[in-house]
Amino acid sequence: MDSRAILAELPRLRRYARALVSDRAGADDLVQDTLERALNKWHFWQRERALRPWLFSIMHNLHVDGRRRDGRVEFRDGEDLPQPIQRAEQFDALELRDLERALTLLPLDQREVLLLVGLEDLSYSEVALALGIPQGTVMSRLSRARIRLKQVLAGESTPQLKVVKP
Amino acid sequence: MNSPISEDDLHAYADCQLASSRLTQVEAWLAAHPERRAQVADWRSQSANLHRVYDNVLDEPVPARLLPAANARRWIDGRRVAAVVWLTLGTVIGFVLRAEIVRDPLPSMAVASLPRQAAVAHAVFVPEVRHPVEVGSDQEAHLVAWLSKRLGATLKPPRLDEVGYRLIGGRLLPGEKGEVAQFMYENLAHNRLTLYVRPDAPNTDGAAFRYALEDGIDVFYWIDGRFGYALSGSTGREDMLRLATLVYQQQTKQ
Repeated sequence: MDSRAILAELPRLRRYARALVSDRAGADDLVQDTLERALNKWHFWQRERALRPWLFSIMHNLHVDGRRRDGRVEFRDGEDLPQPIQRAEQFDALELRDLERALTLLPLDQREVLLLVGLEDLSYSEVALALGIPQGTVMSRLSRARIRLKQVLAGESTPQLKVVKP
Repeated sequence: MNSPISEDDLHAYADCQLASSRLTQVEAWLAAHPERRAQVADWRSQSANLHRVYDNVLDEPVPARLLPAANARRWIDGRRVAAVVWLTLGTVIGFVLRAEIVRDPLPSMAVASLPRQAAVAHAVFVPEVRHPVEVGSDQEAHLVAWLSKRLGATLKPPRLDEVGYRLIGGRLLPGEKGEVAQFMYENLAHNRLTLYVRPDAPNTDGAAFRYALEDGIDVFYWIDGRFGYALSGSTGREDMLRLATLVYQQQTKQ
């Protein structure tokens, strides 16, 4: 194993980080930290283990640690929301933007599973490895994530907004 | 085999992760349950949409700041960058020149690369304040076992306490043909020495003691048994010779 194998994973690490963190600079910071840690620790990587879940697990741990350190609360204001998607056609660009926004409203544990399965196409067992959780937990989080995402997209569920009586 | 269709089956079907033995059962069940079929289709379109939102990241040029991430933060100090650049350049130039002059450069090239690699590794890790080593000397037994296992032969760090250098610890580094070990020592004046041990060194040149000055770093190196050793430091040639001799004596006794 050499660092080239890790560098070959860069585009996928960036894609996942972008979906996870959603602001561009923050996502690349996370990728940079992940790479650095992976390259420092690469001899701890067991060769029989797939490289990709290992890298995602490093990213997961860094991300969780970072949020804990920041005392981060799940809250976003308008300026923090993702920029419009450039590639998509004008008509469904809005739909995709809604999806990006909806993702940010999912709890982190659900968002991670949904992205690793739906976007990164990891197998359930690889997701379990990457997140350090049993496969049964992967399945229940996936199920909840999909239900929740649909609710958010349908506008059924906006628990962040409280109705304040005048 | 005919266990009832579970929620997990439906997700696995949507994600194309269902075992083929189960596939026909799930498909038959879905044919009879249009609501769930619509739900599965919905999950699939969620995933497809995730790809539509984020796949463009795969085609973006990777920002330059990520490419040298392996080294960027370690080498952030300009002097270290300069040292590494000069050493690398020297290796390339040295290779070209040697290829011109020496007809059979391969055996001696392998030896000649030893001091340069050692000096590069020295320049990279010696200024490190927080993580100069991976495994500290407080876990020396563990360090010895770990390095020996990795390098495929017993490797004990020499003791230099009698000349005032304390073992700080060691790390493994990627080498040309496998892993190499680096031990680091420090004296009370905070001078640091590194001993670079490469297991793939050829045994042809015997235990000749050699000296190289690599961009201000004094390197004494020799081949002994299965290992090539290189001791790097910046305390001057005479002092380094004394230390290298001590290391050599200890390693041959092993």
